[in-house]
Amino acid sequence: MRSKSLKSFLYYAIVTVLALIMIYPVLWLFMSSFKPSDTIFVTSDRLIPSPWIWDNYKIGWEGIGENSFGVFIKNTLVIVVLSTFGAVLSSAFVAFGFARLKFFGSTFWFAMMMMVLMLPSDVTLIPQYIIFSKLHWLSSIKPIVIPQYFGVPFFVFLIIQFIRTIPYDMDEAATIDGCGKFRLFFRIILPMVAPALATASIFSFYWRWEDLLGPVLYLNKPSMYTVSMALKMYLDSETVSNWGAMFAMSVVSLVPVLAVFFMFQRYIVEGISTSGLKG
Amino acid sequence: MMRSISWKRHLTGYAFISPFVIGFLVFTAIPIVVSLYLSFTSYDLFSAPKWIGLDNYDRMFNKDPKYWNSLRVTLIYVFGGVPLRLAFALMIAMLLNAKARGIGLYRTIYYLPSIIGGSVAVSIMWRNLFNDEGLVNMALNALGIGSVRWFGEPLAALWMLIFLSVWQFGSSMLIFLAGLKNIPASLHEAAEVDGANAVQRFFRITIPMLTPIILFNLIMQIISAFLTFIPAYIISKGEGGPLDGTMLYSLYLFRRAFVFTDMGYAAAMAWIMLLIVAVVSSVLFASSKFWVHYESKGGE
Repeated sequence: MRSKSLKSFLYYAIVTVLALIMIYPVLWLFMSSFKPSDTIFVTSDRLIPSPWIWDNYKIGWEGIGENSFGVFIKNTLVIVVLSTFGAVLSSAFVAFGFARLKFFGSTFWFAMMMMVLMLPSDVTLIPQYIIFSKLHWLSSIKPIVIPQYFGVPFFVFLIIQFIRTIPYDMDEAATIDGCGKFRLFFRIILPMVAPALATASIFSFYWRWEDLLGPVLYLNKPSMYTVSMALKMYLDSETVSNWGAMFAMSVVSLVPVLAVFFMFQRYIVEGISTSGLKG
Repeated sequence: MMRSISWKRHLTGYAFISPFVIGFLVFTAIPIVVSLYLSFTSYDLFSAPKWIGLDNYDRMFNKDPKYWNSLRVTLIYVFGGVPLRLAFALMIAMLLNAKARGIGLYRTIYYLPSIIGGSVAVSIMWRNLFNDEGLVNMALNALGIGSVRWFGEPLAALWMLIFLSVWQFGSSMLIFLAGLKNIPASLHEAAEVDGANAVQRFFRITIPMLTPIILFNLIMQIISAFLTFIPAYIISKGEGGPLDGTMLYSLYLFRRAFVFTDMGYAAAMAWIMLLIVAVVSSVLFASSKFWVHYESKGGE
């Protein structure tokens, strides 16, 4: 009993100390958002703001021009939710094909997918822009959202690797029971890779949330701006860079991402798949 | 009869991967072919591309020391950062895989640095930490090591970038965590009954069962490290300094493309990068036969 509680104390001590080191810079960012803009850098070695002010949040929330920061959050949420849904579902679908089915050309297409991952995007940017303009998709969220519905290589590869950790017996049992490939995918494989799907959802949400390049290229009305664009505007648009507002709204923009992480990490933790493997 | 069954099998396969195939053909294939074509041209974005054969490649390999420097810097960044980052991610994932009270909160804390990502706020914060009188140098002084001029020495500046990437290990950690959760608890229970201790179970069960995920993280981290752009861009304010010490390949490529509007040269750089990353990943894939353990052999 004694050694067990000592062990648990040690565990918490290690985890806590490491966590403090990890979180210090984030805490600095958080605290800076309560400092007056002109003292943030002068007092960068002190964590606690004095005086402690809320103005940065008020000024930041007013947004840019006629659009409050709430508008930017709403715009971003629409893009992010639509993208994440499409990215995770389509990627799981494609991953099942690569991981469990043998068909002519599968190696070729897998290689193509890896190639997409490996090519720096700078050089495909302009040709891609031209394609979207030919499709009449410019100045809408379509160029950002729709490609997500065609499988995202990173997620496809991730889910493939998870499917391959599932014993093949599961498929055989299901096939003997007269289960077709589509039902096998939806009813058996999909629930078993729930931790991978949760992981992919967290990543997709965050990547779309912080994406700057897509919005800069394709959204050209202030009423369509996303959070990442707005944050940059605090530094660009005004004669004096509004550091305080930028820090404050950076903190605000962390909230949705954190909320999604907290919600989905439960699915990683509970590991729904393990129950299916027992016995 | 046999023929029709095999037809159906191929069709089912294509039905599943069709989203990728269609998306690839519509959105990606043409831009990729165009970029390959551009790599043989001189193209400044404003006038039509002019065919110059292998000149871009010749210039890159034989006449551009900055190119070789960016490649060298990137190799240090990749092979210095990725092992550190993955070791850290796996260690923390193992720690956080325990069933302890408040563990969700700890997971969030460790993941937090990774979601403030490449923002301006991070670059300001990181530059502050590594200032001549910043917190890092204060800690180094306290340990008796002495200050390091993080923004003066090219190699020190590069390590500062590597530390940033190690600090943001959250994505690999999360994937490891999901992988650990996918290992059936029954395996550990059985081994415990058979008298295996924690160390034995780690090396005989956890690691082998995790190898597909380790392979994934290794390949993806290497690819993304080779393509790293944003941290170098924000920390060095797009200049790659000091003395090109943080001029990562992607940053140099970006500057060639959009600062010098030398699109043909940038396209050539991109294709050489693709080749390098493809070779490294192929070697890893080929080696996976010997060390990656799959519960299922894919699609037999």
